[in-house]
Amino acid sequence: MEIPYTVEARPDTGVPNAKLGIWLFLASEVMLFGALFSSYVLLRTGAAPGTWPHGRVFLNVPLATLNTIILIASSVTMVMSWASLKLNDFKKYRLYMGLTILAGFGFMIVKAFEYGHKFELGLFPKSNTFLAIYFTLTGLHGLHVLGGMIVNGYFVGPGAKLWRTQPERFTNRVEVAGLYWHFVDLVWIFLFPTLYLL
Amino acid sequence: MSASDVEAIRKQTRTYIGVFVTLMIMTILTVAVSYFHLPVAVAILIALIIASFKGSLVAAFFMHLSHERKVIYWLLLLTVVFFLALMFIPSLTQWNQRYVR
Repeated sequence: MEIPYTVEARPDTGVPNAKLGIWLFLASEVMLFGALFSSYVLLRTGAAPGTWPHGRVFLNVPLATLNTIILIASSVTMVMSWASLKLNDFKKYRLYMGLTILAGFGFMIVKAFEYGHKFELGLFPKSNTFLAIYFTLTGLHGLHVLGGMIVNGYFVGPGAKLWRTQPERFTNRVEVAGLYWHFVDLVWIFLFPTLYLL
Repeated sequence: MSASDVEAIRKQTRTYIGVFVTLMIMTILTVAVSYFHLPVAVAILIALIIASFKGSLVAAFFMHLSHERKVIYWLLLLTVVFFLALMFIPSLTQWNQRYVR
Protein backbone atom coordinates (compact mmCIF):
# COMPACT_ATOMS: atom_id res chain seq x y z
CA MET A 1 0.00 0.00 0.00
CA GLU A 2 1.19 3.46 -0.87
CA ILE A 3 1.53 5.84 2.09
CA PRO A 4 -0.13 9.14 1.13
CA TYR A 5 1.40 12.61 1.34
CA THR A 6 5.02 11.66 2.03
CA VAL A 7 6.36 14.22 -0.43
CA GLU A 8 3.53 16.48 -1.57
CA ALA A 9 1.58 18.55 0.96
CA ARG A 10 -1.84 17.35 2.04
CA PRO A 11 -4.34 19.90 0.67
CA ASP A 12 -6.19 20.58 3.92
CA THR A 13 -3.13 20.95 6.19
CA GLY A 14 -0.67 22.35 3.65
CA VAL A 15 2.15 20.09 4.92
CA PRO A 16 3.22 16.50 4.24
CA ASN A 17 1.79 14.10 6.83
CA ALA A 18 5.11 13.29 8.46
CA LYS A 19 5.73 16.95 9.24
CA LEU A 20 2.39 17.38 11.01
CA GLY A 21 3.05 14.07 12.76
CA ILE A 22 6.44 15.07 14.14
CA TRP A 23 5.11 18.44 15.34
CA LEU A 24 2.24 16.72 17.16
CA PHE A 25 4.78 14.40 18.76
CA LEU A 26 6.99 17.36 19.72
CA ALA A 27 3.94 19.06 21.26
CA SER A 28 3.50 16.01 23.50
CA GLU A 29 7.22 16.18 24.30
CA VAL A 30 6.83 19.82 25.36
CA MET A 31 4.20 18.66 27.84
CA LEU A 32 6.42 15.83 29.11
CA PHE A 33 9.42 18.05 29.76
CA GLY A 34 7.13 20.92 30.78
CA ALA A 35 5.66 18.78 33.56
CA LEU A 36 9.14 18.04 34.86
CA PHE A 37 10.22 21.69 34.62
CA SER A 38 7.07 22.57 36.53
CA SER A 39 8.03 19.98 39.16
CA TYR A 40 11.46 21.58 39.38
CA VAL A 41 9.89 24.99 40.05
CA LEU A 42 7.60 23.48 42.69
CA LEU A 43 10.48 21.67 44.42
CA ARG A 44 12.68 24.75 44.35
CA THR A 45 10.09 27.24 45.58
CA GLY A 46 8.88 24.73 48.15
CA ALA A 47 12.34 24.16 49.63
CA ALA A 48 13.12 25.85 52.95
CA PRO A 49 14.79 29.25 52.35
CA GLY A 50 18.51 29.01 51.66
CA THR A 51 18.57 25.22 51.32
CA TRP A 52 18.39 24.92 47.49
CA PRO A 53 21.98 24.45 46.31
CA HIS A 54 23.52 26.37 43.43
CA GLY A 55 24.11 23.93 40.57
CA ARG A 56 27.85 24.53 40.89
CA VAL A 57 27.92 22.88 44.32
CA PHE A 58 27.20 19.44 42.86
CA LEU A 59 27.71 19.82 39.12
CA ASN A 60 30.59 20.47 36.75
CA VAL A 61 29.87 23.68 34.82
CA PRO A 62 32.83 23.52 32.36
CA LEU A 63 31.88 19.96 31.32
CA ALA A 64 28.24 20.97 30.83
CA THR A 65 29.35 24.01 28.83
CA LEU A 66 31.36 21.68 26.60
CA ASN A 67 28.27 19.50 26.18
CA THR A 68 26.17 22.55 25.29
CA ILE A 69 28.68 23.47 22.58
CA ILE A 70 28.73 19.86 21.29
CA LEU A 71 24.94 19.67 21.10
CA ILE A 72 24.51 23.05 19.40
CA ALA A 73 27.23 22.11 16.89
CA SER A 74 25.40 18.84 16.22
CA SER A 75 22.23 20.80 15.46
CA VAL A 76 24.16 22.77 12.85
CA THR A 77 25.60 19.62 11.23
CA MET A 78 22.09 18.09 11.29
CA VAL A 79 20.54 21.00 9.41
CA MET A 80 23.54 21.03 7.04
CA SER A 81 22.96 17.33 6.28
CA TRP A 82 19.39 18.17 5.23
CA ALA A 83 20.57 21.15 3.18
CA SER A 84 23.13 18.88 1.45
CA LEU A 85 20.33 16.56 0.35
CA LYS A 86 18.42 19.58 -0.94
CA LEU A 87 21.53 20.44 -2.96
CA ASN A 88 21.65 16.85 -4.24
CA ASP A 89 25.01 16.20 -2.57
CA PHE A 90 24.71 12.79 -0.92
CA LYS A 91 28.38 12.57 0.03
CA LYS A 92 28.18 15.76 2.04
CA TYR A 93 24.94 14.52 3.60
CA ARG A 94 26.74 11.42 4.85
CA LEU A 95 29.59 13.52 6.21
CA TYR A 96 27.31 15.91 8.10
CA MET A 97 25.03 13.14 9.36
CA GLY A 98 28.09 11.18 10.50
CA LEU A 99 29.33 14.25 12.37
CA THR A 100 25.90 14.65 14.00
CA ILE A 101 26.00 11.08 15.29
CA LEU A 102 29.58 11.53 16.43
CA ALA A 103 28.55 14.64 18.38
CA GLY A 104 25.75 12.59 19.95
CA PHE A 105 28.35 10.07 21.11
CA GLY A 106 30.50 12.91 22.43
CA PHE A 107 27.59 14.29 24.42
CA MET A 108 26.76 10.88 25.90
CA ILE A 109 30.40 10.18 26.83
CA VAL A 110 30.69 13.51 28.66
CA LYS A 111 27.35 12.83 30.38
CA ALA A 112 28.47 9.30 31.37
CA PHE A 113 31.66 10.79 32.79
CA GLU A 114 29.63 13.31 34.80
CA TYR A 115 27.26 10.64 36.11
CA GLY A 116 30.16 8.31 36.93
CA HIS A 117 31.89 11.00 38.93
CA LYS A 118 28.72 11.69 40.94
CA PHE A 119 28.32 7.99 41.72
CA GLU A 120 31.98 7.77 42.81
CA LEU A 121 31.29 10.57 45.27
CA GLY A 122 28.25 8.69 46.53
CA LEU A 123 25.83 11.19 45.01
CA PHE A 124 22.67 9.48 43.80
CA PRO A 125 19.11 10.57 42.95
CA LYS A 126 18.13 9.60 46.49
CA SER A 127 20.83 11.84 48.02
CA ASN A 128 18.79 15.05 47.91
CA THR A 129 15.91 16.76 46.10
CA PHE A 130 18.20 18.72 43.80
CA LEU A 131 20.00 15.59 42.62
CA ALA A 132 16.69 13.76 42.25
CA ILE A 133 15.33 16.31 39.78
CA TYR A 134 18.78 16.66 38.15
CA PHE A 135 19.05 12.95 37.39
CA THR A 136 15.41 12.76 36.28
CA LEU A 137 15.66 15.67 33.85
CA THR A 138 19.12 14.88 32.44
CA GLY A 139 18.39 11.14 32.36
CA LEU A 140 15.23 11.66 30.32
CA HIS A 141 17.07 14.11 28.07
CA GLY A 142 19.94 11.64 27.63
CA LEU A 143 17.46 8.95 26.55
CA HIS A 144 16.18 11.39 23.94
CA VAL A 145 19.71 11.96 22.65
CA LEU A 146 20.18 8.18 22.46
CA GLY A 147 16.89 7.80 20.56
CA GLY A 148 17.91 10.50 18.10
CA MET A 149 21.26 8.81 17.54
CA ILE A 150 19.51 5.52 16.69
CA VAL A 151 17.22 7.27 14.18
CA ASN A 152 20.12 9.22 12.65
CA GLY A 153 22.17 6.02 12.52
CA TYR A 154 19.37 4.36 10.58
CA PHE A 155 19.26 7.22 8.07
CA VAL A 156 22.99 7.14 7.46
CA GLY A 157 22.95 3.31 7.28
CA PRO A 158 20.21 1.03 5.91
CA GLY A 159 17.61 3.82 5.71
CA ALA A 160 19.76 5.74 3.21
CA LYS A 161 18.84 3.27 0.46
CA LEU A 162 15.66 5.27 -0.05
CA TRP A 163 17.75 8.12 -1.50
CA ARG A 164 18.34 6.10 -4.67
CA THR A 165 14.68 5.40 -5.35
CA GLN A 166 12.81 8.31 -3.74
CA PRO A 167 15.20 11.16 -2.99
CA GLU A 168 12.51 13.70 -2.08
CA ARG A 169 10.86 11.34 0.36
CA PHE A 170 14.23 10.59 1.95
CA THR A 171 15.01 14.31 2.24
CA ASN A 172 11.69 14.82 4.05
CA ARG A 173 12.50 11.99 6.43
CA VAL A 174 15.82 13.60 7.27
CA GLU A 175 14.07 16.92 7.83
CA VAL A 176 11.65 15.26 10.26
CA ALA A 177 14.51 13.52 12.10
CA GLY A 178 16.18 16.93 12.22
CA LEU A 179 13.13 18.59 13.80
CA TYR A 180 13.32 16.02 16.60
CA TRP A 181 17.07 16.49 17.01
CA HIS A 182 16.76 20.28 17.21
CA PHE A 183 14.04 19.88 19.82
CA VAL A 184 16.39 17.78 21.95
CA ASP A 185 18.97 20.56 21.56
CA LEU A 186 16.33 23.14 22.53
CA VAL A 187 15.45 21.25 25.71
CA TRP A 188 19.13 21.19 26.68
CA ILE A 189 19.40 24.96 26.07
CA PHE A 190 16.89 25.36 28.94
CA LEU A 191 18.15 22.49 31.09
CA PHE A 192 21.71 23.77 31.13
CA PRO A 193 21.15 27.14 32.83
CA THR A 194 18.31 25.79 35.00
CA LEU A 195 20.33 22.98 36.57
CA TYR A 196 23.93 24.15 36.29
CA LEU A 197 23.95 27.94 36.45
CA LEU A 198 21.22 28.94 38.89
CA MET B 1 15.50 21.72 -8.49
CA SER B 2 15.79 25.11 -10.15
CA ALA B 3 18.85 27.34 -9.95
CA SER B 4 17.01 29.84 -7.74
CA ASP B 5 16.15 27.06 -5.27
CA VAL B 6 19.80 26.05 -5.09
CA GLU B 7 20.77 29.66 -4.46
CA ALA B 8 18.10 29.92 -1.72
CA ILE B 9 19.48 26.81 0.06
CA ARG B 10 23.04 28.13 -0.19
CA LYS B 11 21.88 31.39 1.35
CA GLN B 12 20.17 29.43 4.14
CA THR B 13 23.36 27.50 4.94
CA ARG B 14 25.19 30.80 5.40
CA THR B 15 22.43 31.84 7.82
CA TYR B 16 22.90 28.58 9.76
CA ILE B 17 26.57 29.42 10.32
CA GLY B 18 25.59 32.89 11.54
CA VAL B 19 23.07 31.37 13.94
CA PHE B 20 25.70 28.90 15.18
CA VAL B 21 28.15 31.71 15.99
CA THR B 22 25.41 33.65 17.81
CA LEU B 23 24.45 30.56 19.83
CA MET B 24 28.08 30.03 20.84
CA ILE B 25 28.44 33.65 21.98
CA MET B 26 25.19 33.40 23.96
CA THR B 27 26.37 30.16 25.62
CA ILE B 28 29.61 31.79 26.76
CA LEU B 29 27.66 34.86 27.91
CA THR B 30 25.20 32.87 30.04
CA VAL B 31 28.06 30.96 31.70
CA ALA B 32 30.02 34.19 32.31
CA VAL B 33 26.98 35.89 33.90
CA SER B 34 26.56 32.96 36.28
CA TYR B 35 29.96 33.75 37.83
CA PHE B 36 28.91 37.33 38.72
CA HIS B 37 26.97 36.05 41.78
CA LEU B 38 23.95 38.22 41.04
CA PRO B 39 20.86 38.07 43.27
CA VAL B 40 18.93 34.87 42.48
CA ALA B 41 15.90 36.63 40.95
CA VAL B 42 18.10 38.69 38.60
CA ALA B 43 20.21 35.65 37.69
CA ILE B 44 17.09 33.59 36.85
CA LEU B 45 15.69 36.44 34.75
CA ILE B 46 18.91 36.87 32.74
CA ALA B 47 19.42 33.12 32.28
CA LEU B 48 15.83 32.70 31.06
CA ILE B 49 16.08 35.64 28.66
CA ILE B 50 19.29 34.25 27.12
CA ALA B 51 17.89 30.69 26.95
CA SER B 52 14.67 31.93 25.35
CA PHE B 53 16.65 33.89 22.79
CA LYS B 54 18.80 30.85 21.99
CA GLY B 55 15.74 28.60 21.83
CA SER B 56 13.99 31.01 19.47
CA LEU B 57 16.99 30.99 17.15
CA VAL B 58 17.01 27.18 17.05
CA ALA B 59 13.25 27.05 16.45
CA ALA B 60 13.14 29.85 13.87
CA PHE B 61 16.10 28.79 11.74
CA PHE B 62 17.07 25.15 12.35
CA MET B 63 13.44 24.04 12.71
CA HIS B 64 12.35 26.36 9.87
CA LEU B 65 9.63 27.99 11.96
CA SER B 66 10.41 31.38 10.42
CA HIS B 67 8.55 30.17 7.32
CA GLU B 68 6.17 27.37 8.21
CA ARG B 69 2.56 26.57 7.36
CA LYS B 70 -0.35 27.93 9.39
CA VAL B 71 -1.35 24.52 10.74
CA ILE B 72 2.01 24.21 12.55
CA TYR B 73 1.67 27.69 14.10
CA TRP B 74 -1.82 26.87 15.40
CA LEU B 75 -0.57 23.61 16.81
CA LEU B 76 2.29 25.38 18.57
CA LEU B 77 0.05 28.15 19.89
CA LEU B 78 -2.10 25.49 21.55
CA THR B 79 1.04 23.84 22.93
CA VAL B 80 2.26 27.13 24.38
CA VAL B 81 -1.09 27.70 26.14
CA PHE B 82 -0.98 24.28 27.77
CA PHE B 83 2.73 24.65 28.58
CA LEU B 84 2.09 27.96 30.35
CA ALA B 85 -0.75 26.33 32.29
CA LEU B 86 1.74 23.69 33.44
CA MET B 87 4.25 26.34 34.48
CA PHE B 88 1.67 28.19 36.57
CA ILE B 89 0.57 25.10 38.48
CA PRO B 90 3.31 25.50 41.13
CA SER B 91 2.01 28.99 41.99
CA LEU B 92 -1.46 27.55 42.67
CA THR B 93 -0.21 25.34 45.47
CA GLN B 94 -1.06 26.33 49.00
CA TRP B 95 1.77 28.50 50.22
CA ASN B 96 0.94 27.87 53.87
CA GLN B 97 1.86 24.23 53.37
CA ARG B 98 5.45 25.07 52.55
CA TYR B 99 8.18 23.80 54.85
CA VAL B 100 5.88 21.24 56.41
CA ARG B 101 7.93 18.17 57.17
